Amino acid sequence: MSANQDGANLLEVRGLTKVFGTLTACDHVDLNIARGEIHALLGENGAGKSTLVKMLFGSLEPNSGEIFWNGQAVRITSPGVAKKLGIGMVFQHFSLFEALTAAENIALSLDDGSPIGTIAAKARALSYSYGLPLDPESLVGDLSVGERQRIEIIRCLLQTPQLVILDEPTSVLTPQEADKLFETLERLRAEGKSILYISHRLEEVKRICDRATVLRHGKVVGHCNPRKETAASLARMMVGNEVQAVVRAPAEGIETAPSLLEIRALTRKPATPFSIPLRNINLNVRAGEVIGIAGVAGNGQGEFFESVSGEVLQHDAASVRIRGKDAGGLTITGRRLMGAAFVPEERLGHGAAPRMKLSENLLLSRHATDGKVFVGAGGMVKGGAIYSAAQRIINAMDVRKSAPDPEAAALSGGNLQKFIVGRELDRRPDVMVVNQPTWGVDAGAAAHIRQALIELARSGSAVLVISQDLDELFEISDAIAVMHNGELSKPLPIAEATFERIGLLMGGAEPGHAEHTLETA
Amino acid sequence: MDITVNILLTVATAATPLLIAAIGELVVERSGVLNLGVEGMMIMGAVGGFGAGYLTGSPWIGLLAAIAMGALFSLLFAIMTLSLATNQVATGLSLTLLGLGLSGMMGTNFVGQPGQRLPNLDIPGLTSIPVVGRLLFGQDPIFYISIALTAAVMWFLFKTRKGLTLRSIGDSHSSAHALGIQVIRYRYLSVVFGGACAGLAGGHLSLVYTPQWVENMTAGRGWIALALVVFASWRPWRVLAGAYIFGAVWIGQLHAQAFGIPVPSQMLSSLPYLATIVVLVLISRNKRLTMMNTPASLGQPFVPDR
Repeated sequence: MSANQDGANLLEVRGLTKVFGTLTACDHVDLNIARGEIHALLGENGAGKSTLVKMLFGSLEPNSGEIFWNGQAVRITSPGVAKKLGIGMVFQHFSLFEALTAAENIALSLDDGSPIGTIAAKARALSYSYGLPLDPESLVGDLSVGERQRIEIIRCLLQTPQLVILDEPTSVLTPQEADKLFETLERLRAEGKSILYISHRLEEVKRICDRATVLRHGKVVGHCNPRKETAASLARMMVGNEVQAVVRAPAEGIETAPSLLEIRALTRKPATPFSIPLRNINLNVRAGEVIGIAGVAGNGQGEFFESVSGEVLQHDAASVRIRGKDAGGLTITGRRLMGAAFVPEERLGHGAAPRMKLSENLLLSRHATDGKVFVGAGGMVKGGAIYSAAQRIINAMDVRKSAPDPEAAALSGGNLQKFIVGRELDRRPDVMVVNQPTWGVDAGAAAHIRQALIELARSGSAVLVISQDLDELFEISDAIAVMHNGELSKPLPIAEATFERIGLLMGGAEPGHAEHTLETA
Repeated sequence: MDITVNILLTVATAATPLLIAAIGELVVERSGVLNLGVEGMMIMGAVGGFGAGYLTGSPWIGLLAAIAMGALFSLLFAIMTLSLATNQVATGLSLTLLGLGLSGMMGTNFVGQPGQRLPNLDIPGLTSIPVVGRLLFGQDPIFYISIALTAAVMWFLFKTRKGLTLRSIGDSHSSAHALGIQVIRYRYLSVVFGGACAGLAGGHLSLVYTPQWVENMTAGRGWIALALVVFASWRPWRVLAGAYIFGAVWIGQLHAQAFGIPVPSQMLSSLPYLATIVVLVLISRNKRLTMMNTPASLGQPFVPDR
């Protein structure tokens, strides 16, 4: 092995292929990672990035292809084998155990039998030396997403890996937390470790990565030095064609427009021990405007959406008002009848029933509001009217599908999201509340959805968008409010909002959040 | 005084099979597997233990046979749910039904035959100490095994790395798999351990409690053991306490009936189950504690995508 130490690549992948049923997720992928480099793996959702790294980490078995580690052919049959070779991974969806402490979580991934106390001390020392302070005794369920990621990183580093794989690490971080992460990565590179960095955030990739491999539809479509590219040229490589820019016409006369959605002192106790309480939230959304709610995942956005949509009823009926009337005590159907529409975060099982056809899913959400159109005398369903309405939505939103009226689960995530958003837009609601409108949606479809939301607002509706994607919020919002630890900041008009200001608010920098500022600073 | 000691001894005898079966099931559930076949494994242990004891004339061979029978029977469950990823609830229920039927068939020739009884401990000088002597030094061997087992399981789960690993699998099997932990192997061993415990508990019934074979002689004890695990919120020392409370209620209702207390006997017989419901309601009020101890992946089949 020592003969190959210099010159050769640390990791070489040749012709790696993975087939799921009829879908080829990875199609003869080649990848070389040199020692001491940060290598970006770029691609849209569904391009095969996650499948590729799962094969490198041994949680998926390739159908064909070869992997060379330090010049030697290896078979990575399980995550255990990957760890022994010196491959560490920081997962996108954390692989932590909520009911255990940070130290116990770390101990589980180490094979030596050293006592928990020793491991906790080591973890604490390592975490401070990398500037990622960590309390090993704390229960993971109580920690923020950023802190959980620190545990993952420290756990990975304690195994002294040669190659660290990070899967979309910044998607859950504030801009400031992300800066801290980049410092850590640069330090690791200086120590001679290699990093495989997976992301679809092009600015980050340009900033820290030395080389990039671009995947599209499971195939490698190019290699480049991201520093020499522009964000637009990288996007072109990822998507394959130009992405239409979203146009936001200036909103006029908003100040005098009536408030269609009002949230008044909305407060909610935590539903489970690990969830976030809502604390005195106030917000007005006027006719004609788009308000964005930013925030790191898990700061109460989900709880807020449930309260506004009526999945959870409020004790105080005046805490949610739709078109000037109290709605806090009404169910989802009651609020829909008042002219509101809701798109939840989770598409399958929440936004749509997976094993039902699109037309049936349409009926499920609209039989109450459009009863006369879809349901005839004696409660008989009007199949023809529903089918043609479904087709109208499919055409309007450009939903791509394999059958005229397929099951919801048969659609790709992006196409299903287009249908679900289209289903609500089709009603021309006065109030539209959307949680993560384009999560996991490819760039073209995302632009389409964003444009549709802006147009709905400009036609006189109030639109509230909750999103973790700051770029998206800056693209479509007239004002951005930030949710942190169950509290909502005042909306910042888009002209005054900068990434830095929003980022600080996401970290909790506002009067009343002082104690959290210290933690994240 | 003598009556008190006798009652305490019968409580211990009634509690022991519940404790052993529940401690075994606790380990199984901590690894994230829900085996509803405790009743079936227990009755198989009872018939196996009685049969081996009767045929060889040695209650000790009977004891080993009971353990082996329970373990073997649970292996069936393990293969179905872990290797073939069948639904754990359905498989567990069918294991119980199969066990009840199969044991009845295997035991047809044992009905009415005199069985072998495991001798009580008798240490000269100690057992004859008044009052405490018989309680501490004069019980059947399985009683001592049950106490040692509880302590050992407590130590294993909360003081060893293997125990931590087992608990982590119960919390999230996919995360455990991603760390390279062999989820299926741990679960196989847990299920078989649980089966061996249930078999031993069954053996206690047919080799100590009532040394004879009667069809359906477990009489729902397997179900109580299952309830005990939830009752104890998956913590061993609470299983011990719970088993003795149930044992006391069980014996108490027998005595109450014997004394002719004017309460319908059905009412008294339902006391242990009523107690379960009340306690479950009480403990579910502390959500944080429940969530921290409940194995989050309980009952979910694990299929690693390859």
